[in-house]
Amino acid sequence: MSLLTVDSLCKYFGGVKAVDGVSFEVEKGEILALIGPNGAGKTTCFNVVNGLLPPSAGRVFLEGEDLTTLPPYRRARLGLARTFQNIQLFGGMSVMENVLAGGHLRRRTGTLAALLPLPGVRQAEARAREQAQEWLNLVGLADKADWPADALAYGEQRRLEIARALAQQPKLLLLDEPAAGLNPRETEDLMALLASLRDLGITLFIIEHDMNLVMGLSDRIVVLDQGRIIAAGVPKEIRNNPRVIEAYLGREEEEET
Amino acid sequence: MTAYILHLAIMAGIYIILTISLNLIIGYAGQVSLGHAAFYGIGAYVSTLAALNWGLPFPVALVLAILLAGACGLALGLPTLRLKEDYLAIVTLGFGVIVDLILLNLDITGGPDGIGGIPAPVFFGVSFRAKPLYLILVGLMVLFTLVLTLRLVHSYHGRALRAIRDHEVTAQVMGVNTPAYKIAVFTLAAGLAGLAGSLYAHYISFINPETFGLHTSILVLSMVILGGMGSIVGSLLGAVTLTVVPELFRRFHDYQDLAYGALLVALLIWRPQGLLGGGKMSLKFITRRE
Repeated sequence: MSLLTVDSLCKYFGGVKAVDGVSFEVEKGEILALIGPNGAGKTTCFNVVNGLLPPSAGRVFLEGEDLTTLPPYRRARLGLARTFQNIQLFGGMSVMENVLAGGHLRRRTGTLAALLPLPGVRQAEARAREQAQEWLNLVGLADKADWPADALAYGEQRRLEIARALAQQPKLLLLDEPAAGLNPRETEDLMALLASLRDLGITLFIIEHDMNLVMGLSDRIVVLDQGRIIAAGVPKEIRNNPRVIEAYLGREEEEET
Repeated sequence: MTAYILHLAIMAGIYIILTISLNLIIGYAGQVSLGHAAFYGIGAYVSTLAALNWGLPFPVALVLAILLAGACGLALGLPTLRLKEDYLAIVTLGFGVIVDLILLNLDITGGPDGIGGIPAPVFFGVSFRAKPLYLILVGLMVLFTLVLTLRLVHSYHGRALRAIRDHEVTAQVMGVNTPAYKIAVFTLAAGLAGLAGSLYAHYISFINPETFGLHTSILVLSMVILGGMGSIVGSLLGAVTLTVVPELFRRFHDYQDLAYGALLVALLIWRPQGLLGGGKMSLKFITRRE
């Protein structure tokens, strides 16, 4: 069974068909990239998958379980995590607290017990901190745990957002343009990080414009244009697909006129 | 003179409870409430009626006040907490006005005349009418509120609340059940305001709706802002300051309110985050436009 199944998904905003009958699957353990020109409906697709927008039609399944009507926090519990195109950190918190907040779901302390000065509660808090520190190590922010989140450099904020999402210990991680705004060196670091996540068994579903990253990292690519899938396949197939080239660069005749 | 200082201390204690509870809603969960005095009033009236009409002992009246005020918070929170900022401000403002009107017009609440002759708490045959004793009682309740709220905000729940405050959508995406958290914190805050109301009623021994109107909601909001949103100790400071400072301005007679207002304006200019508030959070709900 596929990890994520998107079945005939549609999202209309008034007369605009942002996503128009899209179906695809994300297999366990792979890196799937969703690409397409600006306005193709990629982020809308993400938003519907993780529950920020209700679909106009179609359904979303995670490991066969129908997510379509569940609120985002229930989907998170089932193993869905994401980062945002425009970084959404908790600016009022430290780097460490951001990751701890990401681990909210993984806490086993009882709702009311958490208010009591019990040794178990302290241990749980200490364990959560250790775990969070590990995620920070992984993304290379180990020495900045006590910084205010909004004092980090842009590239570091992107990595912190990934660490926070990892703290959810998700089955599927949705990354919305993780390389946006990064310089080539930071992008290279990001690629190494994403590859190591795959090695940890986390399935990645990525929206990205950086073709270097997409071609170098993804196992499969789905190409969206004007709300529809125009191509899907391994990077080599996509690179040479005339419809994809057309969607990105326009038709030759058009350029002449 | 001592009696006067004791009185101020008792009132400061009651305001501390109110301010901390409102700070939970505003400073931690990032929601707006302009009707907090309504829960204070509900607590005061419930406790009064329980003691006077049903002859219940103070501890029972107190618990009833907490529970009923909390229940009202729950009832208001369930349908309204999906609203955002300005809208929530208007709804809570309206709730305050409605409760005020109900207190003014019911027979059982004595209408505008209010209710007098509220008995002082009695524990094991000892009356707490005397101010020093009452101060101890209020002090214990303040301590209870402090311990409860400090433990709450330093637990992982506190982190979830601040996550909601900073980015509600992101908090939800991370698995925080944001509606449940908002409703729970609103209910808890309303319950604590009910506690403050009960303490007030049995101390002053006379209540009327005037005490529980909009101006009290605004006063407590000022205390939260002055102390700093998202800081429990700040709330303590804010409540004490705004209880004591107006008294210091008494010498200005007619200009008392002016001096007090000037102080608040000065504070908002030079320290907009409040005395102990954490950086950029304060006044977000007023200044933020999305």
